[in-house]
Amino acid sequence: MTVLPVIGLTVKSLKNRLLTASLTVFSIAVSVMLLIGVEKTRTEARASFANTISGTDLIVGARSGSTQLLLYSVFRIGNATNNISWKTYKALAGRPGVAWTIPLSLGDSHRGFRVLGTNADYFRHYRYGRKQPLAFREGAPFEDVFEAVLGADVAQTLGYRLGDPIVIAHGLGRESISDHKDRPFRVAGILEKTGTPVDRTVHIGLAGIEAIHIDWKGGARVPGMGKSVDEIRARELRPRSITAFLVGLESRLGVFAFQRSANEYRREPLLAILPGVALQELWDLMGTAEAALSVVSVFVVAAGLLGMLTMLLSSLNERRREMAILRSVGCRPVHVFGLFVAEAATLTSAGAVTGLALLYGVLLAAQPLIDAHFGLFLEIGAPAAREIAIVALVFAAGTLAGTLPAYLAYHRSLADGMIVRT
Amino acid sequence: MEDTAIRLSNVRYRWPSSPHPVIDIPSFEVARGERVFVRGPSGSGKTTLLNLLGGVAVPEAGTVTVLDTDIASLGGARRDAFRADHIGFIFQMFNLVPYLSLIENVVLPCRFSPLRQQRLAERGASLEDEARRLLEHMELAPDAHDGRSVAELSVGQQQRVAVARSLIGAPDIVIADEPTSALDADARRLFLDLLFREVEDARATLLFVSHDARLAQAFDRSLALADINRVAT
Repeated sequence: MTVLPVIGLTVKSLKNRLLTASLTVFSIAVSVMLLIGVEKTRTEARASFANTISGTDLIVGARSGSTQLLLYSVFRIGNATNNISWKTYKALAGRPGVAWTIPLSLGDSHRGFRVLGTNADYFRHYRYGRKQPLAFREGAPFEDVFEAVLGADVAQTLGYRLGDPIVIAHGLGRESISDHKDRPFRVAGILEKTGTPVDRTVHIGLAGIEAIHIDWKGGARVPGMGKSVDEIRARELRPRSITAFLVGLESRLGVFAFQRSANEYRREPLLAILPGVALQELWDLMGTAEAALSVVSVFVVAAGLLGMLTMLLSSLNERRREMAILRSVGCRPVHVFGLFVAEAATLTSAGAVTGLALLYGVLLAAQPLIDAHFGLFLEIGAPAAREIAIVALVFAAGTLAGTLPAYLAYHRSLADGMIVRT
Repeated sequence: MEDTAIRLSNVRYRWPSSPHPVIDIPSFEVARGERVFVRGPSGSGKTTLLNLLGGVAVPEAGTVTVLDTDIASLGGARRDAFRADHIGFIFQMFNLVPYLSLIENVVLPCRFSPLRQQRLAERGASLEDEARRLLEHMELAPDAHDGRSVAELSVGQQQRVAVARSLIGAPDIVIADEPTSALDADARRLFLDLLFREVEDARATLLFVSHDARLAQAFDRSLALADINRVAT
């Protein structure tokens, strides 16, 4: 009964100030869109980050930092300081309890995309996301020494199709002067998009890696020793070393035992890491930036609500007569309070709902672009509990902010009574 | 039930910031159904008197009795409800809420008064029908103003809407505060004719406050605020 008589007045009163009211709603909407957008991107980025690699129990590389190992083996960022010998790899891969291993050999590039030397086990055992295997959009795994499998982004960006010849460079420069032009590779397969660094990788066999380095010594080409492709095919191309390898165990119970034995391996200094733990550590490194983004968007919402407060406060004077009329017909000061709080609540909820709608509109429009440019797939579904909680919180904050003009109006209408003396 | 609608005895009121009272009325009575003209220039404590009668202010001494109820004995919320139920106010100008339609402005008091709603329900009239009836009696055509702001009405029309509003749901008392001072002679005559007719129809008590002594002759009784208020200048 306390607020009821003025409830119907709220919307009409706001409609009377349509322009300022809708601008206020819009500014709240934009701020809510930003806040929930940041929140959504953050959650999705974290999930997508954690899903970069899955199903792998351990990553083993030469001894360095765990973050560095993770960065070069999974994200193709940075370089290994050292390789591990083929012998060591074979020894560890042959241990009891090991279900599969995937050797990784890095260090070359193709027009800005990293080249990964591996073997057929990569396509069999590598998992990302929710333990999804790699799928071929076209073609099949490489079989010949001079065949390559492209990640989705590589094929799309460079416009490659099945059967196209490509040149793999030694080193990482985009237009490397040391292009291995004499030994082109053929595109044997193109993978489906994964939203992980796999999309930006050119995969070739370990033998292929060896092949492009024949006749090279100490990073420079030995002149006059150009061997033909057929000569190379005829040779036995066994790698002497690899950069790292992924390990899948028969039972997860063996993870720590295997990790310890790798870390204590005598013939070579090795480092074995658990991908989940290392991903978490890496993400925490970025925690500050992430928190800063959230803080900024919270302040933007606060600015939006302050705008509403300004609008309500500046209307107080011009509405004194209106309040006096309401008082004369029996409106209680507490009704006046209720009217202002209801207006704030209406503006905020309209803003929050519009903000959500805007966000979904923007997501629908920008989702393919974000996916293509950042490899981040933003899922469009019903608002998550967290997003609903944010909307509820904004609503509560806006309503609470409304109590300030409401209190002032209440106070004034007590003093003015039914007659405004001007 | 007594036949007095309003009775003031030994009422004194002072603004919180002022050492001198603005109101000091030993005795003042208005009978039920009576139409009383009170002449008072501005600054004579008129506004305060109206606030006391409406229960927006309470006297620091004495009693204000409206319809056998001692106003000061009611709490703030009850006083507001009492005003909503029993008194219709008409002010000098700007009587209407700008964002409400003609009809919505007229039925406004019923939002705050279940009693007014009940009275209409007993007569089998809907709020809107009654508002239309009153507006037509006030020589206004509610439908001609559909979809237009009440601010577009002439001042004379606005004042007549205010009469319709004060009378909806048959309150016992109508208090008018300089309702004609913004009107020209023709509009003033029309306003007074219609006001008198409707107040009579509703058998309401009318307290009419104005500085314009020429209007006094139409009333049952006329007095100057200075005659009853000892501090009036």
